[in-house]
Amino acid sequence: MGTGGVTWLGTPAFPEAARAALSDTQLRANLHKATSTIRGKRAGAVAELPDWERLRRAGEAIKDDVLAQLDGYLEQLEAAVTARGGVVHWARDADEANAIVLRLAREAGTDEVVKVKSLATDEIELNEALAAGGVPAVETDLAELIVQLGRDRPSHLLVPAIHRNRAEIRDLFRREMPDAPADLSDEPRALAEAARAHLRRKFLSARVAVSGANFAVADTGSIVVVESEGNGRMCLTLPQTLITVMGVEKLVPSWRDLEVFLQLLPRSSTAERMNPYTSIWTGVTPGDGPREFHLVLLDNGRTDTLADAVGRQALRCIRCSACLNVCPVYERTGGQAYGSVYPGPIGAILSPQLLGDFHDEQAASLPYASSLCGACFEVCPVRIDIPEVLVHLRGKAVEAKGSRSPEALAMSALGWVMAGPRRFEAAQRLGGLAGAVGGGTIHRLPWPGSKWTAARDAPAPAREPFRAWWRRTRG
Amino acid sequence: MRVALFVTCLADTFFPGTGRAVVELLERLGCDVDFPMAQTCCGQLHGNTGYRQHAVSLARRHKGIFAGYDAVVVPSGSCAAQVREMHPGMVGDTHGAMAGAMVAPTYELSEFLVDALGLTDVGAYFPHRVTYHPTCHSLRLLQVGDKPLRLLRAVRGLELVDLPGAEECCGFGGTFAIKNAEVSTAMLADKMRCVQDTGAEVVTAGDSSCLMHIGGGLSRLRAGVAPVHLAEILASTEEAPWAPAA
Amino acid sequence: MASGARREVLGRIRAALADRPSPEPVVRDYDTCRAVDDAVGLFAERVADYRATVTWVGAGELPAAIAAALRARSARAMLGPPDLPGDWRVPDVEWHLDEPPLVVERLDSCDGVLTGCAIAISETGTIVLDAGATQGRRVLTLVPDYHLCVVGADQVVVSVPEALARLDPVRPLTFISGPSATSDIELDRVEGVHGPRTLDVLLVPTAGT
Repeated sequence: MGTGGVTWLGTPAFPEAARAALSDTQLRANLHKATSTIRGKRAGAVAELPDWERLRRAGEAIKDDVLAQLDGYLEQLEAAVTARGGVVHWARDADEANAIVLRLAREAGTDEVVKVKSLATDEIELNEALAAGGVPAVETDLAELIVQLGRDRPSHLLVPAIHRNRAEIRDLFRREMPDAPADLSDEPRALAEAARAHLRRKFLSARVAVSGANFAVADTGSIVVVESEGNGRMCLTLPQTLITVMGVEKLVPSWRDLEVFLQLLPRSSTAERMNPYTSIWTGVTPGDGPREFHLVLLDNGRTDTLADAVGRQALRCIRCSACLNVCPVYERTGGQAYGSVYPGPIGAILSPQLLGDFHDEQAASLPYASSLCGACFEVCPVRIDIPEVLVHLRGKAVEAKGSRSPEALAMSALGWVMAGPRRFEAAQRLGGLAGAVGGGTIHRLPWPGSKWTAARDAPAPAREPFRAWWRRTRG
Repeated sequence: MRVALFVTCLADTFFPGTGRAVVELLERLGCDVDFPMAQTCCGQLHGNTGYRQHAVSLARRHKGIFAGYDAVVVPSGSCAAQVREMHPGMVGDTHGAMAGAMVAPTYELSEFLVDALGLTDVGAYFPHRVTYHPTCHSLRLLQVGDKPLRLLRAVRGLELVDLPGAEECCGFGGTFAIKNAEVSTAMLADKMRCVQDTGAEVVTAGDSSCLMHIGGGLSRLRAGVAPVHLAEILASTEEAPWAPAA
Repeated sequence: MASGARREVLGRIRAALADRPSPEPVVRDYDTCRAVDDAVGLFAERVADYRATVTWVGAGELPAAIAAALRARSARAMLGPPDLPGDWRVPDVEWHLDEPPLVVERLDSCDGVLTGCAIAISETGTIVLDAGATQGRRVLTLVPDYHLCVVGADQVVVSVPEALARLDPVRPLTFISGPSATSDIELDRVEGVHGPRTLDVLLVPTAGT
């Protein structure tokens, strides 16, 4: 069950991790600024397309079709990639995928690889495995570079350094980037320029690159990488060897399907009509780009997720991060509180499923990291009903906890009370008596009600519940 | 029209004034209102916390109790959504025999008034400055849209002020408010700031639960803003105006 | 071992799908094309939104427009694909055509690159390169800091679906929408990272000129 990396060892359960994040005022300010900017922009980019809802439905249906026939599509993809000169590898888990990439890098005779931002490789902690194997990886995406230089953790799917503002990034560059100009300003343009200069020589001399994939087209074997900075193009075209690691679910059946996703993804993600660069390649093209192409197909918990009829819709995800940007919980805690490379609403349903262990207290706390407000579902370009899956996974967490937990006992008691009107009314009378003593408003309740009254007053049960009034006046 | 009131366990126990307001309002509008005494809870709390079995039993109970009316009216977007959106899946997949039973359509209050009765002016009078919080489940699960606002705009004497960031969750979320109390409180703080910025005396909504949350926070701050359910505003008339609970 | 992994992953997938899910059929009722009054004008407007410059060039005026653009950018050493048309190679500029393939140091030392394109998309302000005529291999338009691109009005389609229908998936494809950019600092877009930081587009009536 090697699913290492999906959640970070040692991260506390969500409520505790959130508490720390909530008191970080700089983090709160950075997140509020970034998420409110992107929310408005996304709404504008989406409003431009009159057929947005139809595109969402098509995206949902295409991805559901992929999942329903995943075995056949993967075989088709493998055949198409192989026919065009690529080599396909299969990995059951993180360790297996890391070993494949390390072996290929060594065979290519390199002592360093350049990397395009890839969640799948973050998930399997490929960088750590490569470093341990003596072939360090250099992150080339600006935000990934910021995280790597700061020995930090990612906090967003698209912009892993969203928790850092421009001043913090400038200070980090001055400290950790030997070639950064001494008078580096905190202007985003200057920071981008510093990253360009820092990585230029690495790109031009790299022999091996590692990437992820946004989409793979089963019938043609074409791989799609969507990006902004051009670091992706550098990695995908300059080195002699390209290794792409991709979750088994990231397929579309046919070329035409991209017409849906190349509209849904950029507008949902960076709120652009189209991202600056999209690269599409099929196997190896003689005289243009890498001479060797390897595709590593990664399971790492995905097939377990696929087995859950309700939970499998999480595998439709195209990693746009729109759900993070609109989530009121994410906005306040940031991504690191989720203890996983997949934060926010999608992370709350994906991470525990990939890990597959609801006895893990941290993983089991993630489905509760939501008020079920539904903003995530509203923006999801592939219509993942995240609240539905959250509730479903809460069921699994409850099951794992057993029927003897204090909460389970309280829920059973409440269920018993609600099972009959007489019991309910008796409970109301008991509560009403307590209320008569305490008055209309309660300032302090015993645990677990104390968690409510720490910041909120609570109403006392009414002296005359509604049903008593009804009986008295209408009965 | 024979209408059953599903008052919700929360309003029944803590906010009976909301239930009384619905009865008075609907009777004033000529409905024949009944309150099936066997009702308790729709099971949302259990369902949303992960206790599906309990939720399924409560859903099944609920369905049996409300069969045979022309309509069921609920002064809660959240409970209406539970009954309309969640119960069919729960009752259907475990209790085949029930699936076919005649079920009255369940309406959230503003939906019932606007869609079923075709009214926006219900003859109410409420001379106060009011801001409206569209609760998440009314907004996103039921998609009530601007129905509550249309009803409020027709209330005489009422000054309606826009709530900034209206569509943001108040942080209630059922057991979320306890299990993730700190995050919930952070969300509530922003909601309260927006409410207070409007200068309204009254914050209203279609859900007692969210109002209990927002109102509980405002009360703790002694903010001087009263949480009042939409039903109580619409039930208020010049002859029998709304008065704050003693 | 490798084939063991293949067999096991495919086996797990088949086991996971034991419930034989039968998803809703894919309905393609979204717009595959959209009527636009002035597709080329829209393209020009949207490219400009991404801080690329767009210049309309009349028939026969292309060489002069190329010369003017290069002068304005102080570009003296330029790259081009092997089949760069003779009249695009304006005088007073040092031209380096990619035949035989140039080494990366040479690509890096030039001021810019001049190419055509395969097609362009109005709605998104996108230029698509497919390594076909007047484009060359992918690195040519990547390493230099300046890209001057000639787009024929007859190459412009309105929507993304129209564009994909015209492309050959197995060619190496690059979709370019403005100069390189990043949103990685505070989720705000700034132009200019690793790809060309300047993109100029010359719009001509037909690509074949």
